[in-house]
Amino acid sequence: MSEKIRIKKGLDIPLAGRPSEKVTTDTSSKIFAIYPDDFPGPVWKTSLKVGDVLKAGDVIFFDKNNPEISLVSPVNGTVKEINRGERRHINFLSIAKSDKPEETSQGKPLTSPEEILEALKHSGLWAMMRQRPFDIVPDAEKKPRDIFVTAFDSAPLAGEIISSEEASCLEKGLEALAKLTEGKVFLNIRYGQNLSSKIAIVTEFEGPHPSGNVGTQIAALKPINKGETVWTLDARTAVRIGRLCEGIADFETLIAVTGPEVSNPHLVKTIVGASIEGILKGFKYEEKGLRIISGNVLTGVKVALDGFIHYPYRQITVIAEGDDADEFMGWASMSPGKFSVKRNFPAFLKGLSKPFLFDARIKGGRRAMILSGEYDKVFPFDIYPEYLLKAIMAKDIDRMEKLGIYEVAPEDFALPEFVDTSKQELQKTVREGLDYLRKELS
Amino acid sequence: MKGLKKQIDKVKPHFEKGGKYSKLHSVFDGFYTFLFTPNETSKSGVHIHDSNDSKRTMITVVIALLPCVLFGMWNIGLQHNLAIGDPDRAFFRMFFYGFFAVLPQILTAYIVGLGIEFIVAQIRGHEIQEGFLVSGILIPMICPVDTPCWMLAVAVAFAVIFAKEVFGGTGYNFLNIALVTRAFLFFAYPSKMSGDNVFVSLGGDKALDGFSGATPLGQLAASSGGDAQVLNVVGDPLSFTDMFFGFYPGSWGETSTFCILLGLGILLATGIASWKIIFSAVFGGFFMGVVAHHFANELYPVTYLLPWEQLSLGGFAFAVTFMATDPVTACRTEVGKYIYGFLIGAIAILIRCYNTGYPEGAMLAVLLMNCFAPLIDHIVVSANINRRMKRLVAND
Repeated sequence: MSEKIRIKKGLDIPLAGRPSEKVTTDTSSKIFAIYPDDFPGPVWKTSLKVGDVLKAGDVIFFDKNNPEISLVSPVNGTVKEINRGERRHINFLSIAKSDKPEETSQGKPLTSPEEILEALKHSGLWAMMRQRPFDIVPDAEKKPRDIFVTAFDSAPLAGEIISSEEASCLEKGLEALAKLTEGKVFLNIRYGQNLSSKIAIVTEFEGPHPSGNVGTQIAALKPINKGETVWTLDARTAVRIGRLCEGIADFETLIAVTGPEVSNPHLVKTIVGASIEGILKGFKYEEKGLRIISGNVLTGVKVALDGFIHYPYRQITVIAEGDDADEFMGWASMSPGKFSVKRNFPAFLKGLSKPFLFDARIKGGRRAMILSGEYDKVFPFDIYPEYLLKAIMAKDIDRMEKLGIYEVAPEDFALPEFVDTSKQELQKTVREGLDYLRKELS
Repeated sequence: MKGLKKQIDKVKPHFEKGGKYSKLHSVFDGFYTFLFTPNETSKSGVHIHDSNDSKRTMITVVIALLPCVLFGMWNIGLQHNLAIGDPDRAFFRMFFYGFFAVLPQILTAYIVGLGIEFIVAQIRGHEIQEGFLVSGILIPMICPVDTPCWMLAVAVAFAVIFAKEVFGGTGYNFLNIALVTRAFLFFAYPSKMSGDNVFVSLGGDKALDGFSGATPLGQLAASSGGDAQVLNVVGDPLSFTDMFFGFYPGSWGETSTFCILLGLGILLATGIASWKIIFSAVFGGFFMGVVAHHFANELYPVTYLLPWEQLSLGGFAFAVTFMATDPVTACRTEVGKYIYGFLIGAIAILIRCYNTGYPEGAMLAVLLMNCFAPLIDHIVVSANINRRMKRLVAND
């Protein structure tokens, strides 16, 4: 019997464009790419040159400080471009997929913790996990207190992370993870989700977003203290770990193409790092005035049509950019199409659970924090978010620690950022705070 | 509106850095964003935002104030006609009498306050902040109708500069601006701010014999013994209904508890004000009213008022609804809000009852608690820190 936890604080943003169950396969992506910035923590290096031939699973990036930790190619092919930005910082490495059918080389099954650890690092799956504190790729030096696996995504319009057919692979993955910690493995599922585990502690979570955020789940189960490290990952990664233990490298992924600006939103089966254009083939959308987001609207990354899907390779959301709206006296608007958690817009009369068309405008000027208690309503932690943010802005390390910085990741501040009347960039602030703290403490 | 937008966009470059009028950039930007919601889209973090912004929030509060504003204007006319013995009760004649009596004050408050905001925003290179939209209408409402405009101008300038801008502007002040203005007037020009002759506008007409413009609380504070009766301007006794609906002289915006309740309804329904502060302040005031009434004493005549009369008279309801809930100066933690509200309510009635020098205590109670709000928050946040420390120790 699993325990059930109800998350009361939070908000399900009623964004239009929920995906249907239909699944199509992406056959038109020819180029695939990995963005090293999607995996914060390590200093990524590459020894590849344009034109080098790769097989799926070959290392393309390695950590300068811990070369075993790597990012790998998801396909067979040749290196097409190493895109660099300022000071030769690598933006992405793209690979032209070869037309030859993929040879599936089955490795040997893994059993011992050492074998698993090594395979995780080499296979790129290590980099798909995160550690708290700091929300980075796990530090290989530190043993995790516990490992938390979330099996559902509660973000706006998110699809399912895994299907119940994958339960056996998931269980194998959890077994492997259990060998890597002296603590426990927690599997956190949505209330009523049909998953169980013998090895992990299963907890059902009910309630609005961010109930699916692993940070929320840790706070409810066993909060992180100073000096402790935990690993977090989604169930998709755990399934891949399970397959890896059987000797199979799994680069397939199911992407929910969502949002109010695509016709017929549904799921697309493709490979990690696929091109946005390839994934969106078969969908109707406008050429101009759109914002394509790899991920959900709260934590995703803005991408161009000729870009590629970012980690965690689960969702694309398409909304209007809205920068040509020229709204006259928007502050006096009585339009029923404007969503607000405050009830000072008439939309609340028609009900705030009906779908709304959002665009990317911030809809106001940036101000100092004026209203109080806004963040608290959507922030299910025993933390005072406003005080923590102020400590971060003041770069006061002692106070950040006392107020709970080790327990949070930027994504936990996504909903506060959405509801913020003062339109501040909270996730950016938290990310900068975590990076600053990591730098000062190392 | 596209045409207007085009015209404005055409002159916009002049106001930007290096343009002819770049010194007026903040002013231009203020008017521009007033007319057109900025098209700026999200650069980092979340890609979509809630529609509520600072402008909408402030406008909602101003709308919540409107019932009090309109009633207050009408009541000025009513009190005037009562005082001079004019039997005319025509709605619009009384309303416009009041409207023209207070219009100069409202204009003075806005021009001086917004003027300073504009100048400071320009010096700092900031956007113009909307906080004074609310303060500008609140200030005249909590002053006697006959307050000279020059006094108001001095007080507003003092409050905006020394209580707000020196701390960094809207969002950084620790005292409520409207109340600082009122306190400045009260202590700098006491003869014009209290007494029997400032709360009713006579407008040059001669008052009836037996007229007294004293506010109910003023009458009580000046009386002795326990049988004092509250009278209206012509000497008739004031019923609870009169007190509740506000048919008595006072600072013109705050007499009608009924209209304040309408405004309160708007603030709570829209979710702008904290119900926790309001609930606990009313509870605190009622509690103190019960205690005071139980120990009613001839030395302190206000203690003879019943608790619900306490809540309906003077500036209590207004201060609790529109001043105590100012989010910038109130407690910011949810637990703190209960303590903050309770103490405001209790202290307001305490001052009113036991300090006969000040017939009304709401202003001082809110200002005092403004000063203590950071301390209350500090205690609440420290408790959170201690919980975290305990968890750490327990794990070791």
